[in-house]
Amino acid sequence: MSLDHFRIGFLPLVDAALPILARELGLAEAEGIDLELVRDMSWATVRDRLIYGGTDAAHLVAPLAIATTLGLDRPPVAMAVPFVLGLNGNAVTLAPALAEAVCTPGELLDSVTLGQRLAALIALRAREGAKLRFGVVHRYSSHNYMLQYWLRGSGVDVARDVEIVTIAPPFAAEALGMREIDGICVGEPWNSVAVERGVGVIVNVTSHIWLRGVEKVLAMQATRADAEPEPVHRLIRALHKAGEAFIDPARFSANATILARADYLDGSADLIERAISDRITLAAGHEPLHIPDFMFQHREAANFPWASQAAWLYAQMVRAGHVAKSDDGYRAAQQVFRPDIYRAAFAGTDVPLPGASAKLEGGISETTGVGTVQGRLLLGPDRFFDGRAFDPDALDAYLAES
Amino acid sequence: MRIAVVDTSAARAAVIEEGLREAGLTDLHIFLERHGLAASLEACSPDVVLMNLENPSRDMLEETFALSRALARPIAMFVDQSDESAIAEAVDAGISAYVVDGLRKERIKPVLDLAVRRFQAFNRLQTELAEARSQLAERKSIDKAKLILMKKRGISEPEAYKLLRSHAMQTNRRVAEVADSIITAESLLGGDL
Repeated sequence: MSLDHFRIGFLPLVDAALPILARELGLAEAEGIDLELVRDMSWATVRDRLIYGGTDAAHLVAPLAIATTLGLDRPPVAMAVPFVLGLNGNAVTLAPALAEAVCTPGELLDSVTLGQRLAALIALRAREGAKLRFGVVHRYSSHNYMLQYWLRGSGVDVARDVEIVTIAPPFAAEALGMREIDGICVGEPWNSVAVERGVGVIVNVTSHIWLRGVEKVLAMQATRADAEPEPVHRLIRALHKAGEAFIDPARFSANATILARADYLDGSADLIERAISDRITLAAGHEPLHIPDFMFQHREAANFPWASQAAWLYAQMVRAGHVAKSDDGYRAAQQVFRPDIYRAAFAGTDVPLPGASAKLEGGISETTGVGTVQGRLLLGPDRFFDGRAFDPDALDAYLAES
Repeated sequence: MRIAVVDTSAARAAVIEEGLREAGLTDLHIFLERHGLAASLEACSPDVVLMNLENPSRDMLEETFALSRALARPIAMFVDQSDESAIAEAVDAGISAYVVDGLRKERIKPVLDLAVRRFQAFNRLQTELAEARSQLAERKSIDKAKLILMKKRGISEPEAYKLLRSHAMQTNRRVAEVADSIITAESLLGGDL
């Protein structure tokens, strides 16, 4: 049997794990897919290869798939997200001196308390004319929107009192060390690299800002996904199997070794295993702290592309001033996430399929059974740190409150 | 027309620079350093920015361009989609371009075409160099393996080479591979070579 060839672009991050494991563990091949992985160093290039040829799909920050569809800084190209590659998994790392001013390095405060302390410091520094500067990995990244959500929800005037700049993940530690930035919201292993070099202290994790918040997605051109759905179904089935292997504790160390290879993350397997095992060393010399569900790549239909997650991201893009709200834009943003493809791919398997395509985000306070069209599905809490919920059918009311 | 070349490779930047100069484009500025790149570019105020696609500073620069309050705001070359094959060719060659809004297309096209050709030439050069290096390395290991065989078996150099070659043919491997395994075996068995 001849294999279908898929080229997938990615950035060297732990949450590129599913495509990498799908290839390395033979899961793609078992689905009749020859998976080739193309590593890049910027999201701009991952996206340009996806739009202008070269790759068939990409590991992408979710909001960038929406920005590409809306044509925010390139001509619009409709994107399809049939599969979410993972939830959460990022952290906020501060320069050690700043961390000491808001917490005890090595301890993880709740997001409300820490947010208030940080907000006070940010306001003080802004009044002194020395605004704090934070790095994020891309203008249209979940990192940017989660950081802004947390700061704004803690009382920070984000537009006036802080500076937010873009730093490529591999330069996070260097930028902290050279004091180009005071803090950064970045994916693993780059927080841990900063911690190991003694130039950063992890003070918060994105799962404590929005538990089960959408992170990287598998993105492809919508025309491509719709023209040849069958190979796409096999690809995402292989990725789902890779998720199963990713969360198997017996495989943590082996998975870290694969990701660490020169052609993938080209880094230390020990540091990579921290995120994989949810055991994060917050500050140099401290014992690792177990942060349950720091990364969430498989259980509870984590890979299901809820249209309401895309809706939440659109709301944050509006709040950040990145897009002018419009009904057409809101609809287009939600249509980027494609639960229909996900359902078609797993129909007739033992993978649970939610009956709804959208939900009240932040509306689950304790593990709850949800309606399905296939299998049984329990969803754990998905709270926002400030206790707010997001109803995708009430965007205007949500924006008016904030 | 002022052109900024941002590259992570000084050698490639030099190749691009040479090509542009030959074409009479002399207002050129090369940026290799990541630190302070946004500020230096802003001070330079180029009409065109040429940048290698694998440059990790692309996201940072695009953010800077998006926020730029200057009149001359550079936008991704890809925004002009009239020539998709040219864009695909540029991506394939590994180049990206940013052009200030309003600059006429017919002025940009020759610059981009030239940059693409130079990038392609550089890529070819790299491949040839890598091939030449590996050929040199192969010749060295074959010489070393011949020496081992001559010493161990007390045979002449042509005989040693004949032995290597016939073994390679029998086992369906390349001579250099057989030579490598001889060297590996010798070092494992504690030889002095």
